[in-house]
Amino acid sequence: MNIKKIREIIGLMNENDLTEIEIEQEGIKVKLVKKPQGIIEQIVAPVEEKGGPAPVQEAPAKPQMQQKNIREVKAPMVGTFYRASSPDADSYVEVGDVVRKGDVLCIVEAMKLMNEVKAEFGGKILEISVENAEPVEYGQILFLVEPT
Amino acid sequence: MFSRILIANRGEIALRIIRACRELGIKTVAVYSEVDAHSLHVRLADEAVCIGKAMPASSYLNIPSIISAAEITDVEAIHPGYGFLAENAHFAEICESCQIKFIGPSPENMKLMGNKMTAKNTMKKAGVPVIPGSEGVLKTKEDALKEAKRIGYPVIIKASAGGGGKGMRVCHNDVRLVSAFLTAQSEAEAAFGTPDVYMEKYIEAPRHIEFQILADEKGNIVHLGERDCTIQRRHQKLIEESPSVYLTEKMRKKMGECAVAGAETVDYKGAGTIEFLLDGNDFYFMEMNTRIQVEHPVTEMVTGIDLIKEQIKVAAGQRLPFRQEDIEISGNAIECRINAEDPEHDFRPSPGKISALSIPGGPGIRVDTHVYAGYEIPPFYDSMIAKLIAYGSNREETIKTMQRALDEFLVEPIKTTVDFHKKVMVDSDFQKGDISTHFIEKLFPKKEEH
Repeated sequence: MNIKKIREIIGLMNENDLTEIEIEQEGIKVKLVKKPQGIIEQIVAPVEEKGGPAPVQEAPAKPQMQQKNIREVKAPMVGTFYRASSPDADSYVEVGDVVRKGDVLCIVEAMKLMNEVKAEFGGKILEISVENAEPVEYGQILFLVEPT
Repeated sequence: MFSRILIANRGEIALRIIRACRELGIKTVAVYSEVDAHSLHVRLADEAVCIGKAMPASSYLNIPSIISAAEITDVEAIHPGYGFLAENAHFAEICESCQIKFIGPSPENMKLMGNKMTAKNTMKKAGVPVIPGSEGVLKTKEDALKEAKRIGYPVIIKASAGGGGKGMRVCHNDVRLVSAFLTAQSEAEAAFGTPDVYMEKYIEAPRHIEFQILADEKGNIVHLGERDCTIQRRHQKLIEESPSVYLTEKMRKKMGECAVAGAETVDYKGAGTIEFLLDGNDFYFMEMNTRIQVEHPVTEMVTGIDLIKEQIKVAAGQRLPFRQEDIEISGNAIECRINAEDPEHDFRPSPGKISALSIPGGPGIRVDTHVYAGYEIPPFYDSMIAKLIAYGSNREETIKTMQRALDEFLVEPIKTTVDFHKKVMVDSDFQKGDISTHFIEKLFPKKEEH
């Protein structure tokens, strides 16, 4: 269960005029409730795992988030994701950091070339969606940012 | 043998390659553009990497993206399929420099055969008959007029750097020649980046016969018989068959030997096709395709040889398990290309969602397709959605099998060329084997001419 799936569900709800939906999958239970004013709340709670499949990468429990305030930073190319310019250097960003447009967020390395991925808008880093040194594909979500 | 291969393609050929890999125990990596996320080749590969947006330049033609994907998935080889980067020598060179085996011939083979003029000259040196034509590029209109006189009308002007009908003009006399020459030059410049054109004798109603070549890295080169691809529309093949109704055993032997001689001259490796034009009993080299082709299934059906597996094995350094004398052509196979096009409206493309699909089956039928009920045909790529192949012990039987299979083929609601193929299969000229490259125009004249 991740932001992409939740967005899809919200889309489905709007399309089909549903006001409430509850889904349980991979140890996570999600309940989405559409209030009359049209604002959607999300309640995400981890269900007790009985040695089930590996938990999803993102932190499972989040306080109520409003869909409008999250923007994704996606990989502009295929390659390997690095959080810092070199193994000894500090990571470019941590969760909670506030970045400005143009700040370097990470490196995507391809064919021995290090490509800086820069922020296209300012905001607060809510989530780093890929582990360091993991491969990424075009369009893959790298960060979740709350725009300022 | 390779343990993991990346398939740098999409659609039915990507699926075809994945199938061969699975049977060989090789892991597969699919690459896809954003709009192909739900494609069958993506679902069936062991791994899949999104490489870009819908437009081919951003994805399937995006060399850095594909090489990147190959690196992060740690593949040993790349199969380019057909189209896209399959005959891109630059791509093959990059694969080499990244120590990834390119499943196909060498960059040198591709460069040599990719240029129509050098290909022709090379074949001529190997003793392969070529179409009478200009020695080189025609620079001026005076050159063009002189050459046309020497060759004798009718002539055709062609672009050196490409095909597909662009930069091509047929002329029957001096009056038309100059303007045709100049138009062909500008069209060639626009399509291929160079205005280089040359001239050849124009053969009015040729048959188009191509020979399949397989060559291993130890110098064993064989031909697997011919495919008759005479039925075309705007230089795009629609129906292919093997063997050709037209060839005598003697011609087959002679043309096959020429095809192998041509491949030997350039030290060819892998799968390739030598295309000839037939004018009565004369045959002329037209071009060489340095890739696996769309119509390879008909050769597979009549020889019993899996061409994609052989391509992969040869690239892995294995010897071909047969010599020329072991190759046997038996039975008859016909392939109909099913395109998402509307034959009633000049074959205009008909993309969209397939709501209902029923694929023919039963004995003697093979269908190579990547579509499924619920699949959305993207408008960014070619319109072929399936290859329907019929196989029988003789041509008459094969045609009957194809007719009943076409009746079973159901695709809704998009328009396809199924009905068009049905008309061809019942045409008496087709059944007699009495066809030329103008067959389609004759059977389906443009509506304005009525």
